[in-house]
Amino acid sequence: MSEPTPRLEIEHVSKAFPGVQAVDDVSLAAFPAEILGLVGENGAGKTTLMNILTGAVQPDSGRILLDGQPVSIDSPSQALELGVTIIHQELALIPQLTVGQNIYLGREPRTRWRAFVDWTTLYRSAREELDRLGLAIPVHAVAGDLPLAQQQLVEIAKALSYQARLIVLDEPTSALTERETEILFGLMRSLRAKGVTLIYISHRLEEVFTITDRISVMRDGQLVGVAPTAGLTTEQVVKMMVGRELREFYPRTGEDGGEVLLRARGLRRGKRLNGVDLDLHRGEILGVAGLVGSGRTDLARALFGADSLEEGEIWLDGRKVAINAPRDAIRSGIGFVPEDRKSQGIFLGQSLRANVSVSSLDRFSKLGILNHRGIARLAKKMVENLDLHTTGIDQRAGNLSGGNQQKTVIARWLSINPRVLILDEPTRGVDVGAKAEIYALMSDLARQGVGILMISSELPEVLGVSDRILVMREGRIVAEFDRERASQDAIMKAATGQDNIERSPEATSV
Amino acid sequence: MSSIGLFSLRNLLEFFRRGSVFFILLIIVALLSLLSERFLTINNILTVALQTSIIALAGIGMTFTIITGGIDLSVGSVAALCGALAAGLAVRNQIGTYPAIAVALLAGAFVGAINGALIVWGRIPPFVATLAMLAAARGLTLVYTQGRPIAGLDERFVFWGTGELLGIPIPVIVLVVVAILAYLLLSKTAFGLHVYAVGGGEETARLAGIKINRVKLGVYVISGLCAGLAGVILTARLWSAQPNSGVLLELDAIAAAVLGGTSLAGGTGGIGGTIAGAFIIGALSNGLNLLEIPSYNQQVVKGLVFISAVLLDYFLKRRWKKTIPIGTG
Repeated sequence: MSEPTPRLEIEHVSKAFPGVQAVDDVSLAAFPAEILGLVGENGAGKTTLMNILTGAVQPDSGRILLDGQPVSIDSPSQALELGVTIIHQELALIPQLTVGQNIYLGREPRTRWRAFVDWTTLYRSAREELDRLGLAIPVHAVAGDLPLAQQQLVEIAKALSYQARLIVLDEPTSALTERETEILFGLMRSLRAKGVTLIYISHRLEEVFTITDRISVMRDGQLVGVAPTAGLTTEQVVKMMVGRELREFYPRTGEDGGEVLLRARGLRRGKRLNGVDLDLHRGEILGVAGLVGSGRTDLARALFGADSLEEGEIWLDGRKVAINAPRDAIRSGIGFVPEDRKSQGIFLGQSLRANVSVSSLDRFSKLGILNHRGIARLAKKMVENLDLHTTGIDQRAGNLSGGNQQKTVIARWLSINPRVLILDEPTRGVDVGAKAEIYALMSDLARQGVGILMISSELPEVLGVSDRILVMREGRIVAEFDRERASQDAIMKAATGQDNIERSPEATSV
Repeated sequence: MSSIGLFSLRNLLEFFRRGSVFFILLIIVALLSLLSERFLTINNILTVALQTSIIALAGIGMTFTIITGGIDLSVGSVAALCGALAAGLAVRNQIGTYPAIAVALLAGAFVGAINGALIVWGRIPPFVATLAMLAAARGLTLVYTQGRPIAGLDERFVFWGTGELLGIPIPVIVLVVVAILAYLLLSKTAFGLHVYAVGGGEETARLAGIKINRVKLGVYVISGLCAGLAGVILTARLWSAQPNSGVLLELDAIAAAVLGGTSLAGGTGGIGGTIAGAFIIGALSNGLNLLEIPSYNQQVVKGLVFISAVLLDYFLKRRWKKTIPIGTG
């Protein structure tokens, strides 16, 4: 193969955030008319690298070349001008505006009289963009009223309409059905035929193998390998992604078989919970896997009373409990560490002491008067037991590192002497050291008889920590694995619905 | 999958949903005309329109700020300041009626620009910045007028509040013109679209290359200008500038916008709804007067009606929303 000028060259790029070397001396090239896969565990540095590419983050060192020209990408709008666009995992449409308005937002066609928007042209062009992609989405529809998958497709259409020469797709299929994924892949192939370079990030390895020409793997901020897709196997890629011996990192030595602690039957709420049955045993760590939108977070929130159930019953220690609000759950001894720590888990502006004690103030007050000495004792004990790195119990939680913030939230629930602890993505945005400590803590709690329900997108984490694993898809539990029989492949197949053949022996009919 | 058929059904429902404020206005008008035979006469309708014009003008400006997710609490004070300024320049300084009015309107826009600058570059929340301006502009009005009315306006000035064209009060004509301009600005121009975009998702708007600072500054200038115009017309109607005019005008303006379907969360709303909202307020005041309900009691009735209207609106929207099949989320 003669060497054409690469469309994109990343040369020795590094980026550190406080406490993490997010991207560590990465060099990578992508060529015109190529689809390059980028895989790695959560926190491997993929997103940071792509954010550097699209101007959302500035690198500490290294340089980027586009078609052989060194460029500095200072802002997202500059990236757009250079023909570099990204399709994010999270939606970036304005829900109140129409499809057409969203596609041309910020570059609306004007009438000859410059003041007015030329709506006719705008909607006609939008229609053409969508038709080109074979999408029958009405251009006058309000974006927020469309199903999630269609919104995602609109966003893809928006990104494509920028005449990009390099398109980054960050988990674009997480909300798409199989048919819509096929549409997207068809589109990617036709763009490739026109010479566009695409970088495809996904956790679904099967898709990565289907669509890409080469696969690059990142781990702990470094690029650990790039190779043509045709010469790779799934096992090789997973090994590169994970890199370390999992069993060392995860301390759990499965000891379960306790009686049922939490029993849920027929949980229903909208389309996200479609009749979920669940048994959590004393001293068990129960992992819940599934794609984003599979209903796993909805399950956690429902069990904690954060969202009300439309149907379903919950028993705790054999007694039926009515959980209509978080305070009911807390009174029953259920704690919940939410996925989005900054907006739902921790009070960033409050002290560590306030954060730890806020859910157990009943114990520390008489006639509404707070017992500050008792609270301080509790907070100090938690700092010690959880090895929280802090300047003191009056430190603002916002000044703690991500790992210590997470430990602070966990400490809040330890303060209620929980019987059940629900953790949603407990190690998201937490560095490797704190991760290991959180795993050890979970293991300790389980040994003391606490039942732990852990939701995670990181399959190695689910596999390493859990005694038993449930897989959710479309608001249902579609598979159950015990620790020995679980594998990334089997979980992924169940989560994506490709497991029709194997489902029968493993799936339970609780 | 939403088929084409479902989609047009949704459009129909959307039409009713959007129009719920007009239903509420209709209900109130129907009730009042049942209770008082004097209510539904041409004369009285024009009176209601006249009384409503001030609230509606301030409400139009308010609609812009609220759609961006902001608010302008200073409109009542700014109206008083601009009214006093126009009267003072015309009467004390004798610079001529129209120059005086022009300067007063510019002053309104300028005060709006200060609000906008505090919000955009000072990074002060709109509520706080305009609350401070509410106090400051009222204070300036009191200083400028020495706490006394400025009277002695000439015929040409007073015409803008009390005159008529083909039997229609001038303030109503001004309102119609301003409402049409605001409607065009909001629904036909890129600026208008960007106002919605900023309210719907500021970060998304920024990433789409929209100059969000210019948009935010713009809506506060518009709000200041509308408040200034309301103040000038109020002065003309009263034949004098009153230092305490426009007190609590901001609340009526907000109520008009919110009754009209503009969400305080930003991103949605429109001029038509705000006008209808203002007319709900105007019709109610007028109707309660006709029914000879004591003014203290009127306040209570008004509060109850507003809450009922907002609840009804919310209920209607929720019910309809539920019947529409929407995918996930």
